[in-house]
Amino acid sequence: MTLRLQSRPTAIAFTLLVAMGGIPASAAATAPELADAAGNYGITSASRIHFTVAQAGGGGGIVGAFGKFSGSFRIDRNDVGHSTVEFTLYPESVKTGEKRIEDFLKSSAVFDTANFSTVTFRSTAVKQTGPDTAAVEGTLTARGKSRKERFSVTLLDWNRGSIAFNIRGNIHRSPYGMDVGTPIYSNVVEFDMNIKGQRR
Amino acid sequence: MGLIAEAKPVPAERTTTGSNMLRNDKAGFGWITITLHWTIAALILALLALGYIMRRLPVDPALQFSLYQWHKSLGFTVLGLAVIRTIWHLIEIAPRAPESLSGMERRAAGATHALLLALALAVPLAGWAVASTSTLNIPSFYFNWFIIPHLPMAKSASAEGLWTLVHMALAYLLLAFVALHILAALYHHIVRHDEILVRMFHTGSRQGASSQAAGSDPMIAGRKKP
Repeated sequence: MTLRLQSRPTAIAFTLLVAMGGIPASAAATAPELADAAGNYGITSASRIHFTVAQAGGGGGIVGAFGKFSGSFRIDRNDVGHSTVEFTLYPESVKTGEKRIEDFLKSSAVFDTANFSTVTFRSTAVKQTGPDTAAVEGTLTARGKSRKERFSVTLLDWNRGSIAFNIRGNIHRSPYGMDVGTPIYSNVVEFDMNIKGQRR
Repeated sequence: MGLIAEAKPVPAERTTTGSNMLRNDKAGFGWITITLHWTIAALILALLALGYIMRRLPVDPALQFSLYQWHKSLGFTVLGLAVIRTIWHLIEIAPRAPESLSGMERRAAGATHALLLALALAVPLAGWAVASTSTLNIPSFYFNWFIIPHLPMAKSASAEGLWTLVHMALAYLLLAFVALHILAALYHHIVRHDEILVRMFHTGSRQGASSQAAGSDPMIAGRKKP
């Protein structure tokens, strides 16, 4: 199965999970079977969506997190290339520790939450990049603009009931009409997410 | 030519005319003073307008952010120019006041000019303190060119609030003295018919003397100075 996954460059995001599952399965009798990873998962509220926007001259930049999000993924039992993941972020829930920055991010200058209440991601492809890493491509939609983006995924942990990934990606703001504040603040938003999935 | 010039008596107030119009003399201002005056004046008026628009009017948030950055860069420019202007004010000679001015008027003018200079320094310094103490911690990126570091001050909502108040109060005080300064200049021009206003538009020593050959060479003229 792992071989088949690797031969399919269009295999989707959680191919990796199954590929990784193969290693403990062959190494330890108590490890879950590959097929055990297949199924439907809901992204739990224990997940963390962190982001950083660097600022000119260093000094930390804007660091924050989104408190409200939802999502699910399905790992296809027969062909992980047919698996899907979708994720929805509610920018209204952005937290930075400074209310004025949060209000600014929600305003028409950035997310424009009055008109666009969600940011969505829908995976389209995955490419394995290492024993426990992969590059996931998908369509990110924010402020009514959709664009192909890429995230790198690292498998952190999994068992029969749940699974955890670290997902990182650098997203340019300007294509989404969110380039306010550049070049004082970087055009690049660095996402660092810990996503936990609970089997449904 | 030089001999002819040397032979002519040269009034003291005309010793720096002709090609050397950068410096002040007793008869009027030089171009350095005039340029600094009008540049700082234009910037202060622009900054007052910007400050009002970005704080008091319901502007688009993205535009507001840009206006703040322009305000900061222009404000740092005023601070730099005001430092130069203050040093220039201290080391350069001042033109003679018109004979028609009373002693009290001269003292009032002197005090107003000193206060205007002090405020041209204090207002941007207080603005710098706002940027430095703000919990927003937005870098001062001078015209997107280089970072001007924050002053070594602790960031807190209360400190930011205090310095915002100081910055605003001093800015309105500056606006009041700018208005007084303009009204006084207009009063001198329209009512008193003296050269107070006019001499800030061109180098004063050219008045009535610019065509004299004697005044055209400061080196020669300088040698004749008693």
